[in-house]
Amino acid sequence: MSGLAALGVLRTGGHDPASGLAHMLSHPFIVHALVAGTAVAAVCGLAGYFVVLRGQVFAGDALGHVAYTGALAALAAGIDPRLGLFAATIAVGFGLGLLGGRGAANDVAIGTIFAWVLGLGVFFLAYYTTHASTGNSTANVTVLFGSIFGLSAGAAATAALIAVGLTALLLLIGRPLMFATLDPAVAVAAGVPVRLLGPLFLALVGATAAEATQVIGALLLLGLLAAPAAAAQHLTDRPWTGLWLSAGLAVTSVWAGVTITYAAPRIPASFAIIAVATALYATALLTPRLRAGPGRTTIRPGAASPDPSRAAAAGRSASGGRDAVSDGRDLGRPRGRPAGGRRRPAAAAAGGPR
Amino acid sequence: MQPHLSWDLVEDVRQMLAFPFMVNALRAGTLVAVVAGAIGWVMVLRRQSFAGHTLAVVGFPGAAAAIWLGVATGWGYYGACIASALVIAALPPSARRGGLGGFGEESALIGTVQAFALACGFLFVSLYHGFLSGLTNLLFGTISGVTGTQVQVLLLAALPCLVVLAVLGRPLLFASIDPDLAGARGVPVRLVGALFLLMLAVAAAGTSQITGSLLVFALLVTPAATAHRLTARPALGVGLSVGFALVASWVGMTVAFYSPYPIGFWVTTVTFAGYLLATGWRLAADRVGQRRRPGSAVASAAARGMPA
Repeated sequence: MSGLAALGVLRTGGHDPASGLAHMLSHPFIVHALVAGTAVAAVCGLAGYFVVLRGQVFAGDALGHVAYTGALAALAAGIDPRLGLFAATIAVGFGLGLLGGRGAANDVAIGTIFAWVLGLGVFFLAYYTTHASTGNSTANVTVLFGSIFGLSAGAAATAALIAVGLTALLLLIGRPLMFATLDPAVAVAAGVPVRLLGPLFLALVGATAAEATQVIGALLLLGLLAAPAAAAQHLTDRPWTGLWLSAGLAVTSVWAGVTITYAAPRIPASFAIIAVATALYATALLTPRLRAGPGRTTIRPGAASPDPSRAAAAGRSASGGRDAVSDGRDLGRPRGRPAGGRRRPAAAAAGGPR
Repeated sequence: MQPHLSWDLVEDVRQMLAFPFMVNALRAGTLVAVVAGAIGWVMVLRRQSFAGHTLAVVGFPGAAAAIWLGVATGWGYYGACIASALVIAALPPSARRGGLGGFGEESALIGTVQAFALACGFLFVSLYHGFLSGLTNLLFGTISGVTGTQVQVLLLAALPCLVVLAVLGRPLLFASIDPDLAGARGVPVRLVGALFLLMLAVAAAGTSQITGSLLVFALLVTPAATAHRLTARPALGVGLSVGFALVASWVGMTVAFYSPYPIGFWVTTVTFAGYLLATGWRLAADRVGQRRRPGSAVASAAARGMPA
């Protein structure tokens, strides 16, 4: 893990790296990037963990499209792009949540809608570049791929404060959300407002996407949402450990990415961050999983079965119509823990004893 | 001379065809629409729309790398798409299913691969100085940059693709609708699937050159999904799908020519409008059918359960 290695170098303090690091931190734009990047990465890691756990990765992709269109619509209208960004992503996130947030059944319809949303973004882009008197041609690239080094002190502070607020909100709803994610049926019975939590959570993911757009861009934010979270899920079955691990991996990606770009300025920061996140995920895939002890809450029903290929097979029946079959099988199965409920019928079907 | 739109449609078309780049663009758009419409119909039937999207996204770093290395973008598109199709075909079947919105780790893996591919594309674009303006064209399509050579390459790629589709038609359909039964009857399901992925790669690479890597859904998926809404019969479905893709491509290019807005917006808008109309028609037809024959509710429910 290159990021951790860099950190180790930092602590033990070899002469060259330490002075190099001090030099790096003497640039204000690096400090701004690290302040905003750390906060945004942390909230991406936390929100992403729930996103992956709830099987809502499509929402991350959709919100990336919406973020692009929202930002360019705001630019075309001549207002602060961040306003359009947050308004669009939060509204669409909340709406997706109201629809149930389950895109699995019909990816064609969802893909079609969000391809058009992206097309609309291109329309606003053309309008902006032809009409705006102050139009600058880099706005498009900035929205698509972010500009972590382009953040002013004010923008960085705002982004960091919003990210801290989002983190606090996420942690506030974290416990009931985890309950509702792992075991929706029991959560409903226990009085958790599951139907309110879904839209609220996706609205939070929307705000997270808007934050991440400023740092790594609308096209790449899916990587920062999905990769650290999936890596964490692969490394541990314990939900809370995984949550913090996911945030840690995301922050590591940003730090390592910023450092790499500082060392090799021709490499764009967004690429470096996503490359590190992808590398961490690939490393996690090759690492044996930490197993939960007996009696601990795990994110996988039947995770005690040591065969990882079963987990891989979990998504086989992911698409659409066949889920009803596994749902039916769930109901008839006498198991200690109700298995996953509606959200993860396929996982339940694959993880249980046959 | 500055083209301007009039009510005389013949004159408008003549005016447009006076520009050689427009002739090239229309030829390319026609080729791409035929291939995308036909392949896309089978793809939607096989529920592999997400594979198509991933292949197209991988085309972007391919094209960007080609520009950076100074070779024709066609090499990049076809090379990257076909290579990744081979990788997907080599994966075990369990790792291939499930679209975006599938469950947990698998869709996270696909999302990560996409983000990484886009990031690589951005890296190549950044390494090649002064190309940032072309980035929009790679991602969202253009009508102005199509060369004569590119049209020839598209034709060379499209012809074998369509021939193989025609030859493979029946077993492919069989293997798509009921893989288990087809396998029992001696259809080499795995091989047919791999061949189809290769055709899909060719279609995605071609479509990316017109609509841009991010908007391939507009020609590859939406016309096919619209046809699936209207009919379940294969021949008619493929015909409708190709027809919708052609109309979307021609209308998109014409409007893009006469307006300041790019083709990506017009093609997605035309196909999305068609999809909405077809969905509405389907719902209305189902409701009427139910009222007329109350006993057939099950049948129409089954019809609605068709892959959309």
